[in-house]
Amino acid sequence: LAPWVPVVGLEIHAQISSNSKLFSGSQVQFAAPPNSLVSFFDASLPGTLPVLNRRCVEAAVMTGLALNCSINKKSLFDRKHYFYADLPAGYQITQQRVPIAVNGSLSYSLCIDNKMSQMVTKTVRIKQIQLEQDSGKSLHDDTRSQTLVDLNRAGVGLMEVVMEPDMCCGEEAAAAVRELQLILQTLGSSQAVMAEGQLRVDANVSVHHPGEPYGVRTEVKNINSIRFLAKAVDYEIQRQIEELENGGTILNETRAFDSKLGCTVPMRDKEGKQDYRFMPEPNLPPLILYDAKSLPANMNHQQVINIDWIHERLPDLPSVKREKLVEQYGILPEHSFTLLNEDGLAEFFESVVKQTQMKPKKVIGWILKDLLSYLKQHSLTVKESPVSSFLLADLLNLLEKKEISSTAAKQVLAELWKGEGKTPLEIVKEQKLELLQDQKELEQICQAVIDGQENEVIMMVLG
Amino acid sequence: AALKDGLRSQVSAALKEGRVTPTELCQRCLALIKSTKFLNAYITVAEETALKQAEESEERYKRGQPVGILDGIPIAVKDNFNTAGIETTCASNMLKGYISPYNATVVQKLLDQGAVLLGKTNLDEFAMGSGSTDGVFGPVRNPWSYSKQYKEKSVPKSHSEDSESNWVITGGSSGGSAAAVSSFTCFAALGSDTGGSTRNPAAHCGVVGLKPTYGLISRHGLIPLVNSMDVPGILTRCVDDAAVLLGSLAGHDPKDSTTIQDDFKPFELPNLTDVSKLSIGIPKEYHVPGLSSEILALWSKAADLFKNAGAKVVEVSLPHTRYSIVCYHVLCTAEVASNMARFDGLEYGHRSDMKDSTESMYAATRREGFNDVVRGRILSGNYFLLKQNYEKYFVKAQKVRRLIANDFVKVFRSGVDILLTPTTLSDAAPYTEFIQEDNRTRSAQDDILTQAANMAGLPAITVPTALSERGLPVGLQFIGRSFQEKQLLTVAKWFEKQVQFPVIQLEEVKRHDNSVFQHQKSASFS
Repeated sequence: LAPWVPVVGLEIHAQISSNSKLFSGSQVQFAAPPNSLVSFFDASLPGTLPVLNRRCVEAAVMTGLALNCSINKKSLFDRKHYFYADLPAGYQITQQRVPIAVNGSLSYSLCIDNKMSQMVTKTVRIKQIQLEQDSGKSLHDDTRSQTLVDLNRAGVGLMEVVMEPDMCCGEEAAAAVRELQLILQTLGSSQAVMAEGQLRVDANVSVHHPGEPYGVRTEVKNINSIRFLAKAVDYEIQRQIEELENGGTILNETRAFDSKLGCTVPMRDKEGKQDYRFMPEPNLPPLILYDAKSLPANMNHQQVINIDWIHERLPDLPSVKREKLVEQYGILPEHSFTLLNEDGLAEFFESVVKQTQMKPKKVIGWILKDLLSYLKQHSLTVKESPVSSFLLADLLNLLEKKEISSTAAKQVLAELWKGEGKTPLEIVKEQKLELLQDQKELEQICQAVIDGQENEVIMMVLG
Repeated sequence: AALKDGLRSQVSAALKEGRVTPTELCQRCLALIKSTKFLNAYITVAEETALKQAEESEERYKRGQPVGILDGIPIAVKDNFNTAGIETTCASNMLKGYISPYNATVVQKLLDQGAVLLGKTNLDEFAMGSGSTDGVFGPVRNPWSYSKQYKEKSVPKSHSEDSESNWVITGGSSGGSAAAVSSFTCFAALGSDTGGSTRNPAAHCGVVGLKPTYGLISRHGLIPLVNSMDVPGILTRCVDDAAVLLGSLAGHDPKDSTTIQDDFKPFELPNLTDVSKLSIGIPKEYHVPGLSSEILALWSKAADLFKNAGAKVVEVSLPHTRYSIVCYHVLCTAEVASNMARFDGLEYGHRSDMKDSTESMYAATRREGFNDVVRGRILSGNYFLLKQNYEKYFVKAQKVRRLIANDFVKVFRSGVDILLTPTTLSDAAPYTEFIQEDNRTRSAQDDILTQAANMAGLPAITVPTALSERGLPVGLQFIGRSFQEKQLLTVAKWFEKQVQFPVIQLEEVKRHDNSVFQHQKSASFS
């Protein structure tokens, strides 16, 4: 059987972190009472017009720069038409002809063979980033044959990030999305929490034989976590391979991931190809961005966005942060990944390092093995840790000064975990875990042991 | 003739001096609206709120603190502008009973200036049409149908025929506004202009109709027909009044991203006496087949008027004029298809009882809510926007639009200041004749002289010029350079002064004639 080459591309919608919506002044807030955050424009009242939100543009520029894109100094807005209960105007304002950023790249890392010891770096090309409106939400109440519409989300700003089909499996897709999530959170351009719908991922999957053209692709939607993303992609790849090997064909369709069954099913809603009748948005002039060179002298800087100004103020991206951690503390690259992967863990680590004499290379073990596994076991975030960096540093100092053994330290940590407010030293004294430093006392103990085990000693001396 | 001439003593001064009060003025207008109800110019008369506004204005005058020239002045607004608390219907079943929660920017500006909003005027449904005959509230009748001037000239075809069946249309789509101003029920009215919808009815009703430069006046709250061409239009009885309205409405609106940022300075029109420095262009392509010989003669006479007064009058060419109708239809229907997509019955407006599914509810709502004209344009527009047609039609039309706009740029660059053209092909047609052809045919015919200005975004104004052989008004159009309204209106004012267009002689108006009403009869309020 000829090998199959799976091809995976992603369309990611990230909700922009902003106070108000992309084209109107109503607030952006998760889980507000239905239809409480709807302006006249969001409700598509006749005669209302879109007004572009500056913050949303800045978020998109930041994200484009962080993903190594070219920022288009002139981009355009378009209307994408279709009828749906959650789309009040009958069209979505998006950027189809000329988006705000194009031709970027995202580097991400994978562990080979599930071992953290070997990491490989991959790159996925970013086709474009476009600004567009989010839709409202519709809930189908089949028992009463009605559809309930909540427009709170209608008009919230989205960045659609299109990743080229450079990925080959669920793991790669998941890793790429995870890295994107970290970048967005570092920039602050999106909070990117998938559970709150701030990051939505659709996967485009196809398979082909090497040397042959790409196969028909399907679109997989309804993926609610990064873990499910990997599962959905891998399932779909398998499904397509099996289908083709059995002589079947792949339909260019949209499928939904069913997390309970762990499979993809065709989505009845999206049958037939839609013609979106794209048309330029006549109420928004082209979006013009400037850089230091093109900025006119007499322009009011409140009125314009300067790409270079934004570039200068970008925070350190995760990849840079990781490099710095490795360089500064001598930890392994895979350690730096774990540190950044857990919200607040890197800061915790650095804080402990500052407060202890123990070498960072040793501290890292305590952070990644002991602390992190405790947190995971109890489903706690770093912020919720009952063991503060101060307490842990305190404990590690005792260990470093050889006042306790490594085994004792673990015992103390277990005790600290209970969060009863005791210091490490108090626990050591309580449980009599001090290491004996007195030579004479040690000799006496050893002698007593030898005296009590005469036969074993003779056996040992003899051979 | 004297009534129109240099009237600075008119209503504003009268109000200031206390010779008439805002309440009296308002009541007079409301009474006249009632007695001219047969014109069907108004869809909604906001009697209570108008009187309240008039009372508040009166208070301000008593304190000696009127807001400005417009304080206490009765105004009417076309029913496609949002007015908070007052029904906005667009003359469509889709919005019957729709009470908007906000005021259009232009409406708010008028109210802030103390104007008294009498009511919402009738139009073609969603502003689609050139007759004001295709709205759900019925057609608007041209007040001139009932004028002495028309009655004297019209020869009844039979004994039974009278003005009941002989009445002429206002033109459209802002026919209600034109009729309201023409019949003295208000001093000024707002219309909209997408292909000529303010200028066409203004010309047919013998009033001034101004289409400002695109981007000068905010469209926020104007229910759109074609977003890239729509402008709020101004209808008044004289050019000076149009300048006053323009001054109170123009300027950047943060709610409308297509308005220009530059500061706008309201201006008073100078009394031009010397036109020798002016260059008037006569576009030869505007001599279209179908242009009545009467209007052709008037146009020629007007050109001579300028020449004899010392202005340079030259023939110019706008070669792409003949493509403008087709181009307009593609772009207009495409935007209409898009703009009308929001009318689904879900959030506001008419909702069908059809409950089988969301789609069927949408379909039934839209079929019930829209008339044939609207539905026809939606279907055409969607066709042009289909992926396989987009390049062929929409993009092509955009390119042709650019060529049409460039024609004007070239001509203005060659030293021409203002273009002089006819506004309409003929005087107003009798309703029975007008409806012989469908809306699309009529629009295609009637828009030809006006819509190129919309394509190019240029300012244009129609000035009532003379009465036709049938005793009906004929207007001529001036087209100016972008944002050069001051020059445009100055020239228009000069022309207005030269032609001395007669005042309409209406029975109903005469009946209300008394000393107070003297002010109303006067052409202007400024």
